[in-house]
Amino acid sequence: MNYLAVGIGGMAGSIIRYLISLYSINLWSGSFPYGTFTANMCGCFILGLLTGLNEKKEMIPKTIMLGLGTGMIGSLTTFSAFSVETVQLYESSSIYIAGLYVLLSAVFGLLLAWSGFYIGQKGSEKVVVNK
Amino acid sequence: MNILLIAVGGFFGAIARYFIAKKLPSISTFFVNMTGSFLLGFLMGVMPPSKWSLLLGVGFLGSYTTFSTFKVEIIHQFREKKWKPALAYMFLSYFGGILLAFFGYMSGLRL
Repeated sequence: MNYLAVGIGGMAGSIIRYLISLYSINLWSGSFPYGTFTANMCGCFILGLLTGLNEKKEMIPKTIMLGLGTGMIGSLTTFSAFSVETVQLYESSSIYIAGLYVLLSAVFGLLLAWSGFYIGQKGSEKVVVNK
Repeated sequence: MNILLIAVGGFFGAIARYFIAKKLPSISTFFVNMTGSFLLGFLMGVMPPSKWSLLLGVGFLGSYTTFSTFKVEIIHQFREKKWKPALAYMFLSYFGGILLAFFGYMSGLRL
């Protein structure tokens, strides 16, 4: 059951990532990998939020958390494409653009994961107090 | 059709990542991100974009590796004030991932 939840979530997450990258090609031109970047940043915030919500008390049941968090958001975001795109940026543009991609992903990924976590935790505290 | 290939790859990629998380709990994210970066580099080197690269690259390997879990793990390390391990984890992931993608790409081209 857990494996199935992760698999179905993974299916949804990878389709969303693909759609984001298709649309981002239409929106922005150039070699910068906006698609992966957008998917990774959104995913960091949402996974932070889900983790924060479940930090104090289990607000989201385990199987749903596995499907949404591990499956869907885990698959929406990707590290392999990030690494390969960095190498491609280095080859096609310059080491500075590649470095900028790594730096932006690293800094904003952390900030977004942290803000998601913070908001989620505050939200769950309210619910716990109200009960 | 493309969506279907990605869905199948994504289904199995996420399951493979979860399976490894159960087998190697403490280093699973690092493990999948490093092996996945190498394999995606290899795939890009060995074949031009095709249906196979959608299934295996965008679908399977895209799902098998994860950026969000990596970031949330670092947030947890920060919260536990494990500054040095968190910095080491970040440095090794970026440095190792990019280097392995490069080596993968080069070995794919040579094949």
